[in-house]
Amino acid sequence: MSLAFLGVADHPLLQAGATARHDAKPAVSSRGAAESGPSAGSETLAAGSVRFEGVGKVYTSSAGRVEALQEISIDIAAGSVFGIIGRSGAGKSSLLRTINRLEQPTVGRVLVDGEDIAAYGESALVALRRRVGMIFQHFNLLSAKTVFGNVALPLLVAGVGTAEIEARVGEVLKLVGLEGKERTYPSRLSGGQKQRVGIARALVSRPDILLCDEATSALDPETTLSILSLLKDINRRLGLTIVLITHEMSVIREICDEVLVLEAGGIAETGPVWQVFGNPRHEATKALLAPLTRGLPEEIASRMTSSPASDTALALIDFTYTGEGGREPDLARLVALLGSQLRIVQSQLDRIDGHLSGRLIVSAPAAGDLPSRLSGQDLAHGARIIGYVPANA
Amino acid sequence: MSPQMLDRLWQAFLDTLTMVGVSAIIALVVGVPLAVFLVLSSPGGLINAPRTNRVLGAVINGFRAAPFIVLLVALLPFTRLVTGTTIGVWAAIVPLSISATPFLARIAEVSLREVEHGLIEAAQAIGCRRWHIIRHVLLPEALPGLVGGFTITVVSMIGASAMAGAVGAGGLGDMAIRYGYQRFDTTVMVAVLVVLIATVCLVQFIGDSAVRRLRAR
Ligand SMILES: Nc1ncnc2c1ncn2[C@@H]1O[C@H](COP(=O)(O)OP(=O)(O)OP(=O)(O)O)[C@@H](O)[C@H]1O
Ligand SMILES: [Mg+2]
Repeated sequence: MSLAFLGVADHPLLQAGATARHDAKPAVSSRGAAESGPSAGSETLAAGSVRFEGVGKVYTSSAGRVEALQEISIDIAAGSVFGIIGRSGAGKSSLLRTINRLEQPTVGRVLVDGEDIAAYGESALVALRRRVGMIFQHFNLLSAKTVFGNVALPLLVAGVGTAEIEARVGEVLKLVGLEGKERTYPSRLSGGQKQRVGIARALVSRPDILLCDEATSALDPETTLSILSLLKDINRRLGLTIVLITHEMSVIREICDEVLVLEAGGIAETGPVWQVFGNPRHEATKALLAPLTRGLPEEIASRMTSSPASDTALALIDFTYTGEGGREPDLARLVALLGSQLRIVQSQLDRIDGHLSGRLIVSAPAAGDLPSRLSGQDLAHGARIIGYVPANA
Repeated sequence: MSPQMLDRLWQAFLDTLTMVGVSAIIALVVGVPLAVFLVLSSPGGLINAPRTNRVLGAVINGFRAAPFIVLLVALLPFTRLVTGTTIGVWAAIVPLSISATPFLARIAEVSLREVEHGLIEAAQAIGCRRWHIIRHVLLPEALPGLVGGFTITVVSMIGASAMAGAVGAGGLGDMAIRYGYQRFDTTVMVAVLVVLIATVCLVQFIGDSAVRRLRAR
């Protein structure tokens, strides 16, 4: 998506952010090198990377002990869009909130740009929180302040001068498409506009990382899309790392590079989105993706038999694609393999980051050597006969 | 009513105004910070002082439980210490503000607690320190409730100030008791009551419209 969509291609903030990032990189890597500690290896760290090392979190309250996170070790690369999914209560928010220390891990370490943030005193923590923006499901805007007041607050408490505050708030409001709303109170805004204020407030300090805890869950699908495009553009143009939690798998598919699936506080699986979604291995991932998978149409499923009812019966063949190695449904070769009576019964294919994954169910004459032909195929990552239907189907 | 009586009525009105006004300001200046401290030091809050919180809570409950007339008498030595006298308007201000402060603190505490936790979290996430959170989140967000609570406090102080006559402070309530209850002078009593009711209505009206304006944002 181009920034022309937002009409802010020449936006000063974008350029200021981009140059600032350029300047920041050497400084950060030298800081990493100067640090003496097991984490400060020889690798160069770009601004905005996060590393979890054996993070665990136990909540103890009057209601008892809850082990919210166990043994989480994972890297989030600077500049990437990282998605966290999992069932309700899996520990997503707990994990996300350790990044700006709204929660402290019980064990393990969280490193932001190579630094253990648990060691930070109050001033360093405040400085960290200015480098890590956060947006919330319910926006959490101050009702007593105008849009301008809300967005200006991070700068105001940081002691930034009035003239600069005005300029930067103006820039960031333009970036999120809210010019002219400065004097409006949040209660007069739509949900999408409120979230844009939330994004502006998070961006006004020019952070390296943006945390989003179900930022689009309270929005309608169309507004969700517009907020996602905005986030994606911010990520591309500002090089900002985005870590987001969502219950909407489409959000992950739309904007994430990598995804982490949490289950009962542990890592179920993690990897590039195309890989995890194309070939889900863990039960939790499959369960989360289940609503997206379309089964056989009912009228076909009801007539399906486990063996051919007659010589003219058609086999239903399920080809699966995991996204690896560029295998794609090549119709000419499928026809060559299965004969010209091939019909597509159902398909669910999805292209994520150029990797095609999903399944294709076709029907073809159930000739005697069909199983052996299928076992030798190299058209898809998997091919199996799921049943047979009468020819007139 | 004689001009002399009107004069007395006017003087009583001024006395009430002084007593209630000064005590209300003291209650505001002391009570609201107390409420902020109570909220912030409660379990899971931004200040870790559970013992102070409990002690303060108990002291506040103690003062809230004591009837005002008892407080008025019990505080006489303290009043003398502070004002140098135990009679007159200023002698009434001491017990009046000491009884109004815990009252307002509890009411303010309720409004402050209603500020959504998410807002405090958002403020922390953008790099606010404790003072910023009090200044930019807690107080402004609770303001409509605080104004409403302050209005209630002032109105009940106007009622309580009637007993200030016991220390010779005068005021409208005292005049109503003197002329109506003790001398059966109905005309004067009714006149005083009308002024009292009008004052209370005015205070309530001002408070209500301020709350309405604040909530309309
Ligand atoms: N402050 C807390 N005190 C006690 N237990 C908590 C607290 N916060 C979270 N938990 C518990 O920790 C577990 C993980 O919670 P968390 O909020 O991280 O889940 P989540 O994956 O974000 O869920 P959801 O999708 O519903 O937001 C849950 O069992 C929850 O009850
Ligand atoms: Mg959550």
